[in-house]
Amino acid sequence: MSEHNTTSSGESHGSVSSYIIGFVLAVILTVLSFAIVVTHSLSPSATILTLSLLAIIQVVVHLHYFLHMGGHSEHRWNNICFVFTIGFVSIVIIGTLFVMNNAAVQMMSR
Amino acid sequence: MAHDTTIQTAGHDEHHHESPVVFGFWVYLMTDCIIFGTLFATFAVLRNQFNGGPNGHQLFEIGGLALETALLLISSITYGFGMIAAHKNEINKVIVWLGITFLLGLGFVGLEVKEFIGLIHEGAGPDRSAFLSAFFTLVSTHGLHVSFGLLWILTLMVQLAGTKTIPERMMSKLTCLSLFWHFLDIVWICVFTYVYLASMI
Repeated sequence: MSEHNTTSSGESHGSVSSYIIGFVLAVILTVLSFAIVVTHSLSPSATILTLSLLAIIQVVVHLHYFLHMGGHSEHRWNNICFVFTIGFVSIVIIGTLFVMNNAAVQMMSR
Repeated sequence: MAHDTTIQTAGHDEHHHESPVVFGFWVYLMTDCIIFGTLFATFAVLRNQFNGGPNGHQLFEIGGLALETALLLISSITYGFGMIAAHKNEINKVIVWLGITFLLGLGFVGLEVKEFIGLIHEGAGPDRSAFLSAFFTLVSTHGLHVSFGLLWILTLMVQLAGTKTIPERMMSKLTCLSLFWHFLDIVWICVFTYVYLASMI
């Protein structure tokens, strides 16, 4: 079953079924996230890890089913921009956490 | 299957290449992504700096959060149905779906404003601690984006009303708004995971 309608130029936009599949997946992932926190079924560090994993999967679901990202040749530059941005944001977030944590340790402020 | 008919009716945009406007808007979204990235980094650094004030566990309510999340998630799919109607050139349906999306988004912003007012009333305003400053900056930036999205939806509804067909230019506008709206939903996934849920553990 194809998930996307594709026009002759290769541009994809969703169909009703692809939006519903994406929505159902998103609801399941969101409910799981909330359930893990409400039930306290895991240790704090395991909870954070599971939450992160669920969030990443849900972001991918949204990108695929709602933003229609994919390997179409027409979307090549969109994808290049996206990969660049992910790299940039990762450096900003990981770098900030590393530097600020290091500063806190050096200054013995925690 | 149902989408075979969709392909037939979508034939009007044959030879339609994604316009440079949509790509330009995508690049804007990527810069927006960097803004949110820096705000998330700031929040991550300051998340435990309570200055003796309340922490997220004491402040956040999971019921309200679940409702906000549900509204935004449902608004994503209603906008998607609007886009499908737009590809089929069914203008009245597009306006109805945009209207539903608008109301859902308005509900989201309303709940968020209510939450903020409640927090400030409790003495947990953005001036209370570094944690709350970072929290208000990040979450209200997202809320402002949603508010501007609402304004945009209204504008397009007015522009669509009374037209018989959807011209290429209007399709580009709808596509850009679709990217914007779904992008905000993705940012909200990160907000409810790392800002709210992670503080409630």
